[in-house]
Amino acid sequence: MSTEGDASLGSGPFSAIFVRDLRVALRHRGELANPLVFFLMVATLVPLGISPESSVLTLLAPGMIWVMALLASLLSTESLFLSDFRDGSLEQLVISPQPLWLLVLAKVLAHWLVTGLPLTLFAPLLGVMLALPAEGFVTLIASLAMGTAALSMIGSVGAALTVAIPRGGLLLSLIVMPLYMPVLIFGATAVQQAVDGFSASGTLAILGALFAFSCMVTPFAAAGALRISLHG
Amino acid sequence: MASFYQWFHRLGAPKSFYFLTGKWLPWLALATGVLLVAGTVWGLGFAPQDAKQGNSYRIIFIHVPAAFLSLAGYYVMAVAGAIGLIWRMKLSFMVMKAAAPLGAALTFVSLFTGALWGKPTWGTYWVWDARITSMLVLFFLYLGVLALQYAYRSGDAANKASAVLALVGTVNIPIIYKSVDWWYTLHQPATLKLTGASTIHPEMLYPLLVMIAAFYCFYALALILATRAEILHRERRTAWVAELDGG
Repeated sequence: MSTEGDASLGSGPFSAIFVRDLRVALRHRGELANPLVFFLMVATLVPLGISPESSVLTLLAPGMIWVMALLASLLSTESLFLSDFRDGSLEQLVISPQPLWLLVLAKVLAHWLVTGLPLTLFAPLLGVMLALPAEGFVTLIASLAMGTAALSMIGSVGAALTVAIPRGGLLLSLIVMPLYMPVLIFGATAVQQAVDGFSASGTLAILGALFAFSCMVTPFAAAGALRISLHG
Repeated sequence: MASFYQWFHRLGAPKSFYFLTGKWLPWLALATGVLLVAGTVWGLGFAPQDAKQGNSYRIIFIHVPAAFLSLAGYYVMAVAGAIGLIWRMKLSFMVMKAAAPLGAALTFVSLFTGALWGKPTWGTYWVWDARITSMLVLFFLYLGVLALQYAYRSGDAANKASAVLALVGTVNIPIIYKSVDWWYTLHQPATLKLTGASTIHPEMLYPLLVMIAAFYCFYALALILATRAEILHRERRTAWVAELDGG
């Protein structure tokens, strides 16, 4: 752990971890851009692989953008605990007297701010490229904001379970993807509803409920999983 | 109550579980065999033909029991994992480890027989129907637990990690089922309707019930056999296993 992280410990363990993780992430700007570049590149594959016709793309856009955002989020989940595990600071967090779930929550929140939030803000650009109708944009941003946060929460359990396994990235995808499916269903459906001219508020509310529920449950599961990963 | 706890603890010791189930096995195997033969002969040979589907419907005598047990098996696995995590019982982790491939196999059987049934009935092997999709997701959940189990080098961490994953999956199963159901009703009109369980003719229902009972017995039998194999493997260096081997 860097000395700068310790300097801000006075404001409580949650904000200490939060500030430290944000600082570490901002010092590796190249890594921050990777999920976004992935997002953009996969979006380019869609017209190349299916059809550049805007009528076809309009039909696919809500679901496609959501699937791509899910994959981009999945790719970035592996890094959640990995560098801390490698340099030993994760061990320090686990044996510290602070409640581990709180520290996990801080880490996930910081991770979402540097991965999920940029994906959300980047999504309208992909919406334009894939001819998403104008009615869908606001709902796209709202659904991705809540959805990627829920994905980060769920993904933290998988990341905690696989952190000690060498080359655990693919395994992480295998165990987390089935758990992602409800979020994808409601996220893509909300955008589709907005495009079709219906109100998406009910679907967005369910997405919000999934997010709230994942906030309540996953930090404890991830904390337990971290203890198992590190100490057997 | 005290005697119950005593019994529970005795059963929890791998050695006494091994000897106790050894006495049950012949009876369980007999029940499984009788029920399987009776249900198969009754269902395939004597139950009436379906008015619309002819003989092809008879695959439900395999399909429905397998689907029943694939879901029940997930809960067996998750509950065994939870018991292992809470009371640190070695045996329940062994049961969990035995339940994972068994449940995955039954889920595969129900998906496969469903596809075979779909061809003559619906004209296609695969339809993105809500129940089929939920089954597929359940299969993925099983595969995740299996993959995690085999990825760890240390047995203890593998047990605990896959127990946590099984529990997280259990919390998710109702959510996944509801959301897939909801997705299906929203995206596609319900053009395909399976014969509902309530509308089934009694002469078809009774052999089906026999087959379900047979599958439950088979599941218990297979689970106990796999757990015993796991016990022998993990306790292979103990005196009592060496004694079994010598005698």
